[in-house]
Amino acid sequence: METSIWHALLYLVGILAFAGLNAAYLGYCERKGAARIQRRSGPTEVGYAGLLQPLADGIKLMSKQLLVPKGVDGIIFRAAPILAMVPAITSMAVIPFSGNIQARAMELSVLLLFALAALAMFAILLGGWASGNKYALISSTRAVSQTLAYEIPMLFTVITVVLISGSLNLQDIALDQQGGFWRWNIFRIENGHFLTMWISFLIFFICTIAETNRAPFDMAEAESELVAGFMTEYGSMGFGLFMMGEYLNIVVAACLTTVLFLGGWDCPLGLIPGVWWFLIKIYILIFTFIWIRWTFPRTQIYKLLNLNWKILIPFSMVNLLITAVLIKVF
Amino acid sequence: MSAYWRDIFYGSKSLIKGMLITGRQFFKPVVTEQYPYETPTLPPLFRGHIELIGNAESGLPNCVVCMMCQRACPSDCISLGGKKAEGGKGKVLTSYILDFTKCSLCGSCVESCKFDALRYSHEYNLVSFNKDDFIIDLMKRLEEQNRCKQ
Amino acid sequence: MTVPISPRHDETFVLNLGPQHPATHGVLRVKLTMDGEYIVKAEPVLGYIHRMHEKMAEAGTFAQFMPNTARMDYLHALAFNHGWALVVEKAAGIEVPPRAEYIRVITVELNRIHSHLLWWAANLLDLGAFTPLLYAFDDREQVIDLLERVTGSRLTYSYMRFGGVLNDIDEDFIAGTRAFLVRLRERMPVFYHDLVTSNIIFIKRVKDIGIITPEMCRRYGVTGPVARGSGINYDVRKDEPYSVYPHFDFDVPVFHECDSMARYMVRVQEMEQSMRIIEQALDALPDGPIMAKVPKMLKPEAGYYYSAVETARGLLGHRLVCNGDKNPYKLKLRSPTFSNLSLFGEVTQGMLLADALAFLGSLDLVIPEIDR
Repeated sequence: METSIWHALLYLVGILAFAGLNAAYLGYCERKGAARIQRRSGPTEVGYAGLLQPLADGIKLMSKQLLVPKGVDGIIFRAAPILAMVPAITSMAVIPFSGNIQARAMELSVLLLFALAALAMFAILLGGWASGNKYALISSTRAVSQTLAYEIPMLFTVITVVLISGSLNLQDIALDQQGGFWRWNIFRIENGHFLTMWISFLIFFICTIAETNRAPFDMAEAESELVAGFMTEYGSMGFGLFMMGEYLNIVVAACLTTVLFLGGWDCPLGLIPGVWWFLIKIYILIFTFIWIRWTFPRTQIYKLLNLNWKILIPFSMVNLLITAVLIKVF
Repeated sequence: MSAYWRDIFYGSKSLIKGMLITGRQFFKPVVTEQYPYETPTLPPLFRGHIELIGNAESGLPNCVVCMMCQRACPSDCISLGGKKAEGGKGKVLTSYILDFTKCSLCGSCVESCKFDALRYSHEYNLVSFNKDDFIIDLMKRLEEQNRCKQ
Repeated sequence: MTVPISPRHDETFVLNLGPQHPATHGVLRVKLTMDGEYIVKAEPVLGYIHRMHEKMAEAGTFAQFMPNTARMDYLHALAFNHGWALVVEKAAGIEVPPRAEYIRVITVELNRIHSHLLWWAANLLDLGAFTPLLYAFDDREQVIDLLERVTGSRLTYSYMRFGGVLNDIDEDFIAGTRAFLVRLRERMPVFYHDLVTSNIIFIKRVKDIGIITPEMCRRYGVTGPVARGSGINYDVRKDEPYSVYPHFDFDVPVFHECDSMARYMVRVQEMEQSMRIIEQALDALPDGPIMAKVPKMLKPEAGYYYSAVETARGLLGHRLVCNGDKNPYKLKLRSPTFSNLSLFGEVTQGMLLADALAFLGSLDLVIPEIDR
């Protein structure tokens, strides 16, 4: 792949545009989706069917003052929202949107993604810590224990995929799954992997919900307990950046799920692969995120950790074992 | 141990069931009223703030200044003034001020009125930045209504 | 999950929950001493919405206090209306026509369904589920529309009068109520039970959380669904019958688990029992006047009067002292949620913050009624 300055610039602009558009419009989709599930109509006033609502929200947030309360750690307080955005945007650099749309093909892109995902937790931790608010502090400690715990089963399930593909490169993993849904990791017929991989997929999906702090695992911003969690003291674009970071994390999680389990840009029937298949898949996953959020009550922190340590981790370990055996036997 | 497996099985089942219910609702039409574009029809008994009833012919208030409404009001929000009728017996109403900021819409005034002089208005769009806007002169309101009728 | 802990006082901190907090549903303030996420001590602080209703009763005539009653428990306003009407009728010796009494029961029970629906919605909101709230509001809107038709008001009705009710009900209301009952019965299994009651996350959140023992109920004077969720079979409608409740055949749901789930089940089943009462009342609705002949100005004989009604939250007692004047000499209200909240501190010791708020939601608090 050529690495001229134009190539880098093109992808920089492309990724920023994709990220910005998603961060803005997923908020709109969330509100519309929630409204439809609840038999309401959601935003309708700004633009046709409320389509300019994200713009209006953005202008409103930007015109507000970023209030830094007395007694907070000013630098960290201001840096945390930026830190919420940066890892999510950076992760997009290694995601293969299709066979030839990828900013940077890296041999260890899976590792890089998980390193960046772990970094996203820091934004919550620092934001909550610097706020000097008790609710924010409780929220950030919750977020850390939750994210740390859920990384374990997540990595176990990713190892099963890596074992099957024999590569840590997302591009290779996706290429390995081309040629119809029976070759996708979730339904893989070859070696009988479909027996365990759907469980891997479910575990991975649950973990992404927990990692991105989405309901029903939104311990960190449980609004009926912690007011707004780590965002309690944030207003203006500080709040806006946290929200955008949250949506970008969802996009990254959906992209990763698509590449690891759903064949990336492959057509389900093995016909014409392309970037549109990738986009369809990630938006179906994102819709499921929204759907889940607006259906279930929130779990409680200990129930959440119980689910992780008692169900997800044993299941993912057994899954890893079976997958390894299947690969060895066949 | 069996409780563990039962939780996983029935738990997943209940989650899927819940998702299907909300998923079905996603495709159904909305049930809310788009307020400024669609307005609700108020039931005939709706209790808004009070207003005076004008005589069908003359348009003058039916009120005979018996002060029953003022006495019935639990929050002292009605104050009315009257004067001796010219050349006749009884009194005529000169001012009827409703302090809507104190009103609790209980309807005691309308009930206490024996002369069919008060009724509930159907006005519910009441909003202002100024408290004085809710000290309503009902005589003026009646005059405006009469003017609209003509 | 309640874990007994021994607090280390040098490591606790005070968390001020309220007066403005999304989970307190009003201006309740709870001073929490926390050890991490565990509550060491919880102390409800009241008085943020105290309006001296009892004193206001002394200032006006008997009829002038009627609108105030609806403003205490704004969710079951008609029961408060009913209670005040009953105690004054008892004092003044007014006989209420049967049709008026039936209409009272129908509207009070409709209002009880409305109150439980709103509690259900708000409790789910405390647990972080937003969608059930809107589904319950869809049903609640039907009740409010029905009540608005007869009372003219949507929330603070002040519909009862001494000796009867303000307006008669018509055929449209009866047909509408029957249609609503059919609709709610249809929606109940899907939107209430399938979506929430059997949901594993919900069950894990409420089962074995907030145990209130029967002994504790007696100590704090707990009544209503909270007591019935702890196995105490006490319902004023059955045990000290008033109005025309003895004419109806209904059950009092009692659960012995003592946890939040039991209180939830009691309320959900009470809605079904209320529907049964409304159906029977509509079937047996007698003809006749809706108001008794009542003197213009009530002057009950001097004496002490007491009457109690069952509101959606428990026993509401009115203790009325008259001295033969046109004002009450003294009125004491025994409101249910004040007692129901009192045990919050004892139950939440050693509880997680998240569980404590789920427990607070299961108590069904209406703050203006606590403070009066």
